[in-house]
Amino acid sequence: MVDGVGLAQPRPSSFGPLYDGPPIIEVRDLGISYGGKPALRDASFDIYRHEIFGIIGPANSGKTSFLRALNRMDDFTTGMEVRGSIHINGKDVNDWRNLYALRSRIGVVLPLPVGLPLSVYDNVAFSPRLRGIRKKAQLDEVVERCLTRAALWDEVKDRLGSLGSLLSGGQQQRLTIARALSQEPELLLLDEFSIAVDPVTTMRIEDVLKDLRSELTIVLVTNLVQQARRLADRTAFFLTGELVEIGATEDLFEGNVKDERTTGYIEGRYG
Amino acid sequence: MFTATALNRRSYRRQSVAKAVFCLMTVALVIPVLLILGTLVVKGAPAISWEFLFTAPTNNMTAGGIFPALVGTIWLVVVALLASVPIGVAAALYLSEYAPDNLLTRAINLAIVNLAGVPSIVHALFGFGAFVLFFRFNASILAASLTLAVMTLPVVIVATRESLQAVPHAFREACWNMGATRWQTIRKVVLPNSISGILTGVILEVSRTSGETAPIMFTGAAMFVPFLPQSVFDQTMALSYHLYNVSTQLTDVPEELTYGVALVLIAIVLLMNAVSIGFRIYLRGLKKW
Repeated sequence: MVDGVGLAQPRPSSFGPLYDGPPIIEVRDLGISYGGKPALRDASFDIYRHEIFGIIGPANSGKTSFLRALNRMDDFTTGMEVRGSIHINGKDVNDWRNLYALRSRIGVVLPLPVGLPLSVYDNVAFSPRLRGIRKKAQLDEVVERCLTRAALWDEVKDRLGSLGSLLSGGQQQRLTIARALSQEPELLLLDEFSIAVDPVTTMRIEDVLKDLRSELTIVLVTNLVQQARRLADRTAFFLTGELVEIGATEDLFEGNVKDERTTGYIEGRYG
Repeated sequence: MFTATALNRRSYRRQSVAKAVFCLMTVALVIPVLLILGTLVVKGAPAISWEFLFTAPTNNMTAGGIFPALVGTIWLVVVALLASVPIGVAAALYLSEYAPDNLLTRAINLAIVNLAGVPSIVHALFGFGAFVLFFRFNASILAASLTLAVMTLPVVIVATRESLQAVPHAFREACWNMGATRWQTIRKVVLPNSISGILTGVILEVSRTSGETAPIMFTGAAMFVPFLPQSVFDQTMALSYHLYNVSTQLTDVPEELTYGVALVLIAIVLLMNAVSIGFRIYLRGLKKW
């Protein structure tokens, strides 16, 4: 543990196992900027195994930049600079020589669904194939399992050969989640996944996420504060590149805050 | 309430005038095309026959057919494609998918645009100096095709790059996020969805290559070769150069023969363009997003 902004100790969650052991992600003095323009400044915090870690905050608060730094997408983004350090499983993400190996262990779901212009089946089999799985039976099994978990199997099981990019928006987002799960990730990053999804589907996906917590760690960026309240064990509040506060989600929502701005945002006074 | 004001009426009138002017310009644009095609068809069609297409010229090219020139043009185009497509596609892939956006790549992009603007006679002299003299290919199909390849490289690169960039960036990010390398992403997602545009660019290149005269006249085209080319080191006749000769260099060539050559040449180019357009329409129907 380090001193810093509100590094609240995790506490037993109301809907899951108690996390223990060392943190899976340790962020220290993280600063991110694009072409010299800062997007995130001096953030330090830990994320624990098997927790759903919520990040809330208005636009341009640095939430997405943090996710991009986690899986080293700065490597693919011109002008993006990252300072400070992020350790995943105790290893600095900058020490990975093979970034593809790092990324293959992190599932990412972006705000807008991306059905790759491949069949539904090939979308989900993409990552297993990258891992070298070739046997049809094995691939079939992964595809069915991941689509089922993403609450999409029943809708597409009869048309696995049709194009993933032609599914409806909500279906494509669940396809994206299935694809992320097919990576068998240790870490699942969700960036405002429900923007393009209807409320009913959102609730179904949220149920899936709660189930998944026993297997992996989820970082949930959302601009729906109630979604963070429903899902997250702990929540961080980012505001214009500053980590304002971090705490057990219930504490934040019950007004148990160190910084009044947090309550202000949660109650919708700005943002 | 629902009556047109004076201002409404004036806007409406002006809009009608604007529409009429634009329409007139479009018609003016079509007239020369129709005139050229019409003249060629009317004056050249009588010359067209199987014999014209498949026999060699005779009587000092004042009679007979165009077969060696037709075959020569095919040779030139195919060899030029073999050289320019691999290089152009690879360069476009690098520029679009790998290269960082820095001063060097911007300079390269600028160079490509400028290469497209170089007059064909300059390419011809470059090809003569480089391929005929320096590499000692002499005047040959190889030298002429390489000159054509250099000239049409920008077409291939630009067409390829544009069709690569038409594939949404989100697809690439989604693949990278799953741990795919750039090459895996290109092979599995980007190329399959841009190959249509690349092929369209290639077909356009064919139509341009087959019509060029200047780049081949010093580098490999001959006025008259009594036999068909046997290898890339032979000189050859070519339709475009043949047209230049029968229309300006030789006397006593019957008018219909000259128009016949022009008609065949333009028919090849139009056929290629039609294939390209049809291909594009077909592939648009297969659009995957």
